[in-house]
Amino acid sequence: MKKSVFLGTLVATTVLSGAVFAATLDDVKARGELLCGANTGLTGFAAPDANGEYQGFDAALCKAVAAAVLGDPTKVKFVPLTGETRFTALSSGEVDLLVRNSTWTYSRDSDLKFDFVAVNYYDGQGFMVKKELGVASAKELDGATVCIQTGTTTELNLADFFKSNNITYTPVTVVDDTEAANQYIAGACDAYTTDASGLAATRATLADAENHIILPEIISKEPLGPVVRHGDNNWGDIVRWTYYSLLIAEEKGITKANLEEVAASTTDPETRRLLGLEGEMGVMMGLDNNWAKNAIAVSGNYGEIFEANLGTSTPIGLARGLNALWTQGGLQYAPPVR
Amino acid sequence: MAMVSDAPKGNFRLSMLIYDTRYRSITIQVIVLGLFIAFVAWLLMNLQANLAAKDKDISYNFLFNRAGYDIDQQLIPYTNDSTHGRALFVGLFNTLAVSIAACFAATLIGVTAGVLRLSKNWIVGRLMTVYVEVFRNVPLLLWILLAFSIFAQVMPEPKDFKVTQEMVDQGLEPPVQKIFFDSIAITNRGTNVPAPVLDRPLGSFLVLDVPINLSVLAAIAVILGSFWVNSRIRASAKAIQEDTGFRPVTWWKSLLVLIVPITALLLALGFHWEIPAFAVGENGVSKGFNFVGGISLAHSFTALFLALSIYHGTYIAEAVRAGILAISRGQTEAAYALGMRPNRTMNLIILPQALRVIVPPLISQYLNITKNSTLGMAISYLDLKGTLGGITLNQTGRELECMLLMMLIYLFLSLTISVGMNIFNNSVKLKER
Repeated sequence: MKKSVFLGTLVATTVLSGAVFAATLDDVKARGELLCGANTGLTGFAAPDANGEYQGFDAALCKAVAAAVLGDPTKVKFVPLTGETRFTALSSGEVDLLVRNSTWTYSRDSDLKFDFVAVNYYDGQGFMVKKELGVASAKELDGATVCIQTGTTTELNLADFFKSNNITYTPVTVVDDTEAANQYIAGACDAYTTDASGLAATRATLADAENHIILPEIISKEPLGPVVRHGDNNWGDIVRWTYYSLLIAEEKGITKANLEEVAASTTDPETRRLLGLEGEMGVMMGLDNNWAKNAIAVSGNYGEIFEANLGTSTPIGLARGLNALWTQGGLQYAPPVR
Repeated sequence: MAMVSDAPKGNFRLSMLIYDTRYRSITIQVIVLGLFIAFVAWLLMNLQANLAAKDKDISYNFLFNRAGYDIDQQLIPYTNDSTHGRALFVGLFNTLAVSIAACFAATLIGVTAGVLRLSKNWIVGRLMTVYVEVFRNVPLLLWILLAFSIFAQVMPEPKDFKVTQEMVDQGLEPPVQKIFFDSIAITNRGTNVPAPVLDRPLGSFLVLDVPINLSVLAAIAVILGSFWVNSRIRASAKAIQEDTGFRPVTWWKSLLVLIVPITALLLALGFHWEIPAFAVGENGVSKGFNFVGGISLAHSFTALFLALSIYHGTYIAEAVRAGILAISRGQTEAAYALGMRPNRTMNLIILPQALRVIVPPLISQYLNITKNSTLGMAISYLDLKGTLGGITLNQTGRELECMLLMMLIYLFLSLTISVGMNIFNNSVKLKER
């Protein structure tokens, strides 16, 4: 009896693990829940709030996808992942979607068999040091001990940067932002390096933020974006266009507050297509026609999400910079809904 | 009446495979073997199918590609231009370094604690009981984390050792000084100890990309030679003693033979210690972020080493105690009857016999120490799990390959330790003649 149960379980596991890679959309619908790989805790991007609910710039995108697919932004389960575990988790089907400050690189796209469907934050790697060190430039960090998150592109950029400037450093490898902050505060490292946005977010959580500076050098390009498994193109399209719908909403001036009003009164054909008032746009991807409307209704358009979580009114205080819309001199540009 | 005849021949029927006890066991074994092979084949096919579904293959070519990341502790030369294969070896040597050091220390601690736990001195005996019971009943990982956080939180930052302009102006000393004749600095990052340096080294050559230091080889050769000569001196002294009953005085000869050659060699090579210190600018103001020179032992190593040796020392202590208790009381009494003192009784009579009981569990403790060194990942100790199974795995995305290779290496390490210790066990076990 026990043996047959064991064998039955084995067979079931294999069948299931085989099916994981088939159609993510069907899996999500059948499960009634979106599994979203998120940061273990990076304030502003994805971190649990006082009630244990994930909030932040990346978390908002997960909720928007859940709203577009399932019609309910609360039906998302956040799976906290470190830089080390994130890609294995996505690859093995533990999460449907990874939105965790992950940099789009050639080898991750091709060799690791992932698809980076969009860039939701254009970033670059920087350094944070204590003011009392009297360091004004990253090139003065010769001989310093540097905290670095393992399994990240920043780990490789760091080695390249010190090598090309012909200076040395001692790496202290840490698994996530929280441990990095702890080590940095304890003085186990002189400098902490990660994406500049991550540095700003970490700095905002420090008790004495004014005693820490982010050095001017940006040593790499870090296009961060949502990642899905390679091979399920429809699911990739859903995530990509959910993100673009938030961008287009900002471009068209659709906000969380005026969404219903715009939907009732708009005569702009593209807005009407986006909000599902015209055509069968959602059905093309296997969703409801009001998918984009649901997504925008969660926390507003891209600009609203940015301002609420990272913007100049928050403790993190990041300017839009490269992440402004293309109409305002930034790089955020969505293809037309047609 | 015929006697019980031979088994009937020639009329073999298929049903006999099940109903004839002579064939049944073979039938069952063949079926089980077949099922097992089928199971393994099915697992492999499953693996292949899943890899194909993910459009992945199995390839170890990444071992020859540039690693691109840095490792803070390395026993063989390594830079971020080295290959992933070399990073693997850096990690492997780090694993070996901490395992071997911890095996030695755990044996020392364990044997001492095991013997002392049987001490007639009430305080000493109870203290050892407390040590054993406290340390082995708390998970090893917690001891590792505790040791690491004590180092990282309690020790001063390197900047506290620095001399600032203010201190020079006011004639003050930095808040913290180096210990042990101003030579060793323990900071919250690591322990900086003096490094042996040669002004006129003999050079080195490469074997399989690993530099072999001729100066070290020469020193080892001289020391071994000294010991050999010393053993000859003692042997000849013994021969004279057997002949004449009078043992010539040899201690000054031994001392001369053991000390003079190696000292001469070191002097000739220009040996001196390099003391870790901050770079000093004008007016004696310290510059830089960290100590320069000397050897820097990261706390991840020290903490892992301490926790492994103290934790596994408890198990070895228990094995030693069991071994000693297994020796009959009569042996001790016989030794006392011959007039031996307790110390010599323990060293010459009890412990050698107890080894037969102690060695088998000792083998498994050594295996455990080696395997448990992977827990160093909790404090970022870059051993084999940290390089091959950590950063390399992540940067290349070759999970399956890295895991398989890592399991193979640990299996090989464990089997090597096992074989070596079994040979030792055979040499000490009771010889039955």
